[in-house]
Amino acid sequence: MTPAAIVVRDLRKSYGTHEAVRGVSFEIAAGEVFGLLGPNGAGKTTTVEILEGYRRRDGGDVSVLGHDPARSNPQFRERIGVVLQQSQLFANLTVREIHLMFAGYYERPRAVDEVIELVGLREKRDARVKTLSGGQKRRLDLGVALVGDPDLVFLDEPTTGFDPAARRAAWEMIRALRSLGKTILLTTHYLDEAEQLADRVAVLREGRIVREGTPADLTGGTEETEIRYRRDGREVLLRTGEPTRVLNELTTQALAEGRELEGLTVRRPTLEDVYLLLTAEEDDA
Amino acid sequence: MRLFLHQLRYEQLLFWRSREAAFFVFAFPLLLFVLLSSVYTGTYLGKPAAWAVLAGILGYGAANTGFAGLALLLVGRREMGFLKRVRSTPIPAHVYLSAVLVSMLLIFVFQAVAVLVLGKLLKSTPFPHQALSMLLVILLGAAAFAAIGLGFTSLIRSAEGSSAAVNFVLLPMAFLSGGFGPTTHYGRVLRTIGDVLPLKYFVQLVYAIYLHNHEIWSKPGSIAVVAAWGVAGALVAIRRFRWEPVEG
Repeated sequence: MTPAAIVVRDLRKSYGTHEAVRGVSFEIAAGEVFGLLGPNGAGKTTTVEILEGYRRRDGGDVSVLGHDPARSNPQFRERIGVVLQQSQLFANLTVREIHLMFAGYYERPRAVDEVIELVGLREKRDARVKTLSGGQKRRLDLGVALVGDPDLVFLDEPTTGFDPAARRAAWEMIRALRSLGKTILLTTHYLDEAEQLADRVAVLREGRIVREGTPADLTGGTEETEIRYRRDGREVLLRTGEPTRVLNELTTQALAEGRELEGLTVRRPTLEDVYLLLTAEEDDA
Repeated sequence: MRLFLHQLRYEQLLFWRSREAAFFVFAFPLLLFVLLSSVYTGTYLGKPAAWAVLAGILGYGAANTGFAGLALLLVGRREMGFLKRVRSTPIPAHVYLSAVLVSMLLIFVFQAVAVLVLGKLLKSTPFPHQALSMLLVILLGAAAFAAIGLGFTSLIRSAEGSSAAVNFVLLPMAFLSGGFGPTTHYGRVLRTIGDVLPLKYFVQLVYAIYLHNHEIWSKPGSIAVVAAWGVAGALVAIRRFRWEPVEG
C-alpha cells in the first residue's frame, strides 16, 4: 500500500454558529487523483483551504505530506502547488517571467521551459499575460502551481468557464500530471470531470461526506437502469433493476399493438445522476 | 536574502512595466512640480518660492508613493487573489512584504533625485547641503507613509473603490500640509486641520533641511510625529492586514 499523502480524521470547522465542516474523514494515497464533489456551501472549499494551510480547523486531525498545514511552514509549501479558482496573474509580465518569478520562491524548482512546455504554452512563452485567452490563462495558473515541482497539487474547479475543447485539453494535462506521479486533490462541480479524472471521489453535503468510492462504485451502487420513451406524446420513465425483462415486455407489447416506442433510450445512471440523487435529499430534509 | 533580492527585482520590473503606476506614482509629482513652480513666484521664508515648492513636492511624493502607491498596489494584488496565491508558496510573508516596501522606497528615492535634478534645470534650485539628512528624511517619510498605507489597505474593501478612497485621503492631506505649496495664507481652520496630519510635519522637516540647511535632528518633535503615525499604521497593519480577497 502506498503511503497516504493526505489523512483527514473527523475534521470540524465552524464560522460563528454555522458548522461548515462536521466531522469529515478521508485519506488520499500518494499518486492518487481524488475528487471532492458537492454543491456550493457543502464545505468543499473550507476543507481544501484547511488542507492548503489557509484556514485553521476547530477540531480533528489533518496530515498533509506528513505536515500539519495549520503550522504552515516553508518546507510544507515547497511541496504543494495550489491553483485557486479566482486568482489573476500580472498582466504586464510575460508567461516566462511569471514562471521565473515563482520559480525563485522554491529551493528546487522545475526547469521553467519544461513547465511551460508541459502546460502547452511554448508558443506563448514571451507573450504578455494580458494577451492570453481565458483558457491559456488557466494553463498559466497551472504552470505556476507546478513550477516548484510539488508532490501534491490542489486544483480548485480547474475547468470552470472552459469551452469543451479547452476542457478536453485541460483533462489531458491533468492526466499528464498524474503520470508524473503527482497526488492531485481536485474539487469540481462537473461530474463528468470527476468521472474522467478521479481515481476516487467523495461527495460532500452539509459538511459531511455522504458517499465515497471510485466513480464506478458510486454509479454501481444504484442498480437501477432508466428506460424512457414517449407514449401518446407523453414521456414515460421506468426505473428497473431488471432491464432485460422490462425491455422485452415493452417491445413485445409494442410489436403486438403495432406501435413504435418513440424516443426510446436505455441508460445506466451516470455519476451525475447519483450526485443529484445524493444532493437532492437536501430539499427533503 | 536571496529571496528578498529576487522579489525586489520583480517588484521593480512590475512597477516600470505598468504604465499607470509609473505615471501616477513616479511621473505625476514631477509634472506637478513643473506646474506649481511656475505659478509660485517671489520668495518664501527668505528663499525663492520654487525651493518651498520643491520641498512640498518631496512631501507629496512621499505620501503619493509610500501611502497611495503602496496601498493601491497591495489592495489590487489582494483582490485579484494574488496575495493569497503567494501565501501558498515558500516565500515567507515578511520577506515578500519587505521587498514590496523597499521597492516603493527605492522608487521614491529615484523620484526625489529626479525632482532635485528637474528643479536645478528649470528653476536653478540647489541640491541639498545636508545631503545625509535629506536622504534620512526621505527614507523616514517613505517608510512612515508606507506603514500608513499598509494599515490603510485593511480599510479598503474592493479594488474598484481603492483609488477613490486613497485619493480622498491623499489630495486633501497634501493640500493642507503644504505639499502643493506654502500654507501661510491658508485660513486658521485649514491650518488647524493640517496640524494633526503627518505630512505637515514631514514637509516641515524637509523645509528645515532644504531651505535652512538644518540637520534632521534639529526638529525632533516633527520626527516624532511622523514616526508615531508610521507606528500607528504598522500596528493597524499587523492586526488587520489580510492576504485574501474581501469578496470571494
